[in-house]
Amino acid sequence: MKQSITLGKVTKFMGLGFLSTLKDLFTGKLEKEDFINFLRKVVVPLASVLLFIGLWHMGSQSLYNIEAEFKIEKALNDQGPAAAEAMRECIASGDVSCKPNTLPSPAQVWDSYKSLLRDHNIISADKAAFIEKTAALNEKRIAEGKDAITYTGRPSFVDQIFRSLKTVFAGFLLALVIAVPLGIFIGLSPTLKSSFNWFIQIFKPVSPVVWYLLVFMIVKTLLIDSNEDSSFTISFISVGLCSMWATLVNTAMGVSSVDKDYINVAKVLKLGPFQKIFKVVLPSSLPLIFTGLKITLSVAWMVLIAIELLAQSPGLGLFVWEEFQNGANDSNAKIIVAMFVIGIIGFLLDRLMLTIQNWVSFDKTDAI
Amino acid sequence: MAYLELNNIYKTYGQDEHATEVLSNINLSIYEGEFVAIVGFTGSGKTTLVNLINGLLEPTSGEVLFKGEPVQGTSHERGVIFQNYSLLPWLTVGQNVFMAVKEAFPKKSKNELNAIVAEYVEMVSLTPAINKRPKELSGGMRQRVAVARALAMKPEMIIMDEPLGALDALTRGNLQDEILNIWGKEKRTALLITNDVDEGIYMADRIIPLRPGPNATLGPEFKIDIERPRDKTEMNDNANFKKTRNAIIEYLMDIGNERKLEASEEFILPDLSPKDFVNQFK
Ligand SMILES: Nc1ncnc2c1ncn2[C@@H]1O[C@H](COP(=O)(O)OP(=O)(O)O)[C@@H](O)[C@H]1O
Ligand SMILES: [Mg+2]
Repeated sequence: MKQSITLGKVTKFMGLGFLSTLKDLFTGKLEKEDFINFLRKVVVPLASVLLFIGLWHMGSQSLYNIEAEFKIEKALNDQGPAAAEAMRECIASGDVSCKPNTLPSPAQVWDSYKSLLRDHNIISADKAAFIEKTAALNEKRIAEGKDAITYTGRPSFVDQIFRSLKTVFAGFLLALVIAVPLGIFIGLSPTLKSSFNWFIQIFKPVSPVVWYLLVFMIVKTLLIDSNEDSSFTISFISVGLCSMWATLVNTAMGVSSVDKDYINVAKVLKLGPFQKIFKVVLPSSLPLIFTGLKITLSVAWMVLIAIELLAQSPGLGLFVWEEFQNGANDSNAKIIVAMFVIGIIGFLLDRLMLTIQNWVSFDKTDAI
Repeated sequence: MAYLELNNIYKTYGQDEHATEVLSNINLSIYEGEFVAIVGFTGSGKTTLVNLINGLLEPTSGEVLFKGEPVQGTSHERGVIFQNYSLLPWLTVGQNVFMAVKEAFPKKSKNELNAIVAEYVEMVSLTPAINKRPKELSGGMRQRVAVARALAMKPEMIIMDEPLGALDALTRGNLQDEILNIWGKEKRTALLITNDVDEGIYMADRIIPLRPGPNATLGPEFKIDIERPRDKTEMNDNANFKKTRNAIIEYLMDIGNERKLEASEEFILPDLSPKDFVNQFK
């Protein structure tokens, strides 16, 4: 029996099953009974998105009105009717100087999104031009043993996204490298398990802010001689330490609860300790380890924003913080754009892990 | 001297007030080249007995001697076919067998090992499925993989815990013949646990019933004096077969009745009669 990989299978595998329903709709393959399904899986979610945007629009509109009302009232009380009238006109004209500062409407957020992209294109072009201009000079400098000149301009929004992803992956890798081996040792030995238990129970609930401060204290001292920017190091280590607990606990649990039948096989075949771990214990606990890794990645992404903000490490968190401090007329809209980007990337990361997890796990009930 | 010897074996699970003595005073001798079957009801302690012999469990008291030496842990000399197949689901058929062969013959080259794997997978007619994973196989096929895995290690003694229990009659018959073939050809010693008296008579030299637990102990042995190779259809007309079969079944039924008797003595139902519901609604 040959297995073919179809679009349907792949999308279902990745938890994006509604895509194939959409495809069926357009290719006319939709059966009657599928129609209900289509309503439930496509139309209703779409309607809820529209409803969400509608409510948001109305909400922002009324917040805008409250804020405008208040400004006019204030002008009236402080400076008299003429000033109030001027303020009313100023607000109506949409002038930046007197614009009410509140929750931005969906349209404003969309505009900000486009302006952020435009900004990115400008910066990219600028960067490319800079690299071209300095290429010859840099070659010479490298030949002379000097450092190359690098672009030090402002990072664009897209650059910030990639910086954040880099930090999160570095943190995730750190968590993986610490938590999986440690989890295996803890799971294998009841002694280690009881000696580490207090440690896990106490450190697991510690908040990201505290982890950041702890890492900051240590890394600052360790890197005291180097004048490199340690913010990236500090933030990825904090992210890793915050997020590794789910993997640690799940790995230990998976390893200590391997099916007795498999352990008996290992004993009867007289597998050595390494063979036993790599051929029996690990494969059988992979599904649980991956569940842990999935949680770790989503926690890492969630705490990243707060940690970047504290560490002043470039990325989405810092972007949000700077926009908030900066208080420009479209700052609020940009913050909301960042919020959506953070949410969507988090969702995609989750899907990515789910896909890998489906890939490596086997159906336990089928196998025995 | 017996090849495998069990002397005054007792096995208790649990401790203190939770302790149950599953096996009591088990004595058994198996001689080299013999094929012995143990029959017993489910839950009587057959798997426990098997695990004591293959070294997965230690007796609470008494000793298990294999070739005169006390059994300490598992050994490649004693191959095991588990009741529930126990294949590793993340490995293919070939990989499952290869893993065992590699442990049994650490000095052989990869090619030699692969040849052994191919030979035994072919023996259980699974060559077309060699690259499949257990979940893609039927129960019968999985059990054949388990048989191939145990036999490919070429153990001196092979211990089978209800190896064919979950199979349909046809597959069962085929596998019985395959196991008998290998046993006859390579003159190994075999211990078969089964709940099927006919299977025991067809395959074994001796049948020993295990009385129901707790405190299960072995009953009297029944010798099967039917010449090999045996033929199933001919055997049905064999007077000796009929006699032995009836004797064993009678013995097992007697134990069953004893058990029922004990049960009825222990639990006396309260003397109640159902209420007359019909009258209530009138
Ligand atoms: N690890 C264990 N701990 C406690 N009781 C057990 C354990 N294994 C088996 N038993 C009990 O011992 C009895 C015999 O079990 P088992 O040897 O599996 O019987 P069989 O293989 O004949 O069906 C059963 O009552 C079972 O509940
Ligand atoms: Mg059993």
